[in-house]
Amino acid sequence: MVAHVSAAWITIGALALATAAIKAAGPVALGGRPLPPRVTAVVVLLAPAILAALVVTETFASGRSLAIDERAAGLVAAAGAIWLRASLPVVVIVAAVAAAAARAIA
Amino acid sequence: MSAVPAERPATIRDGFRAGLPFGAAAVLLGLSFGVVARPVMGPEAAIVMSAFVFAGAAQFGSTAVLAAGGGAAAAIIAGVLLNARFLAMGVAYAPSLRGGPLRRAAEGQAVVDASWALANRGGGRFDRNLLLGATLAQYPAWQLGTVVGVLFGDAIGDPRDLGLDAIFPAFFLALLVDEAHTPRARAVALGGAAIALALVPVAPPGLPIIAACVAAAAGAWWRT
Repeated sequence: MVAHVSAAWITIGALALATAAIKAAGPVALGGRPLPPRVTAVVVLLAPAILAALVVTETFASGRSLAIDERAAGLVAAAGAIWLRASLPVVVIVAAVAAAAARAIA
Repeated sequence: MSAVPAERPATIRDGFRAGLPFGAAAVLLGLSFGVVARPVMGPEAAIVMSAFVFAGAAQFGSTAVLAAGGGAAAAIIAGVLLNARFLAMGVAYAPSLRGGPLRRAAEGQAVVDASWALANRGGGRFDRNLLLGATLAQYPAWQLGTVVGVLFGDAIGDPRDLGLDAIFPAFFLALLVDEAHTPRARAVALGGAAIALALVPVAPPGLPIIAACVAAAAGAWWRT
């Protein structure tokens, strides 16, 4: 554990700076000016593309391998809760309970 | 899910209120981060990371690399790749910002997934007040969750036993359902998911998410 401590602090410092730079880049370079229409057409579709990618990677990826595990049960339960128009805190708790139950059974 | 009136200009307070459900989810996510990160990097580092990085996927991703003994360089690369989507989000958000470069850079720091999606007014427009307010609701929630997870990690045990690892996908699915209103958006979502899944086995974590942006470009060019 001790060997990781300094690596952790280096990671935190670098990631804090890199994240700030990543978040600042677009607003500094392009702030206040409208994007070209062709770029705007892509921008409006970024949200479904990125969010869908996050859903499947957070559900099925473990590092570089793909697996269907208890997180998938949680996702199915979350989909049901969303379909029933549950609020977000309820949706995530339903997902956690479903995944925990699936894990307890398995 | 987000009941924000479109008729009048939104205030930061509106954004804060709309961000509260995301804040509730952020407490649970932060809690699982605190539990996972403390044995890897120690309590202080886990709390400092949440305060200064404030990006769930990147924090989990880089912590997983450190836990596997991957070293700082690999952990930083993983975190940067997992945060690279904020570059695209920042480009999308930039035209909605006013003021000088420093102020725009500062306001750009408020971009997180849920706030960005919530503030998306369609047609490439973003509501700055909604975005700031929603992030103001989530930031303290993320810190609170992390501190609780760090302090009570031993009592909580393995967060996987509580299913806390299923919270992130559920959170993103709820955001996605709010965004996928049109057939085109749904097609792009399917395409993005397919690209990401195909790349997971061959690319480092984070890269599949960036590559999924190709689906947005393809969707924009696809004429119906």
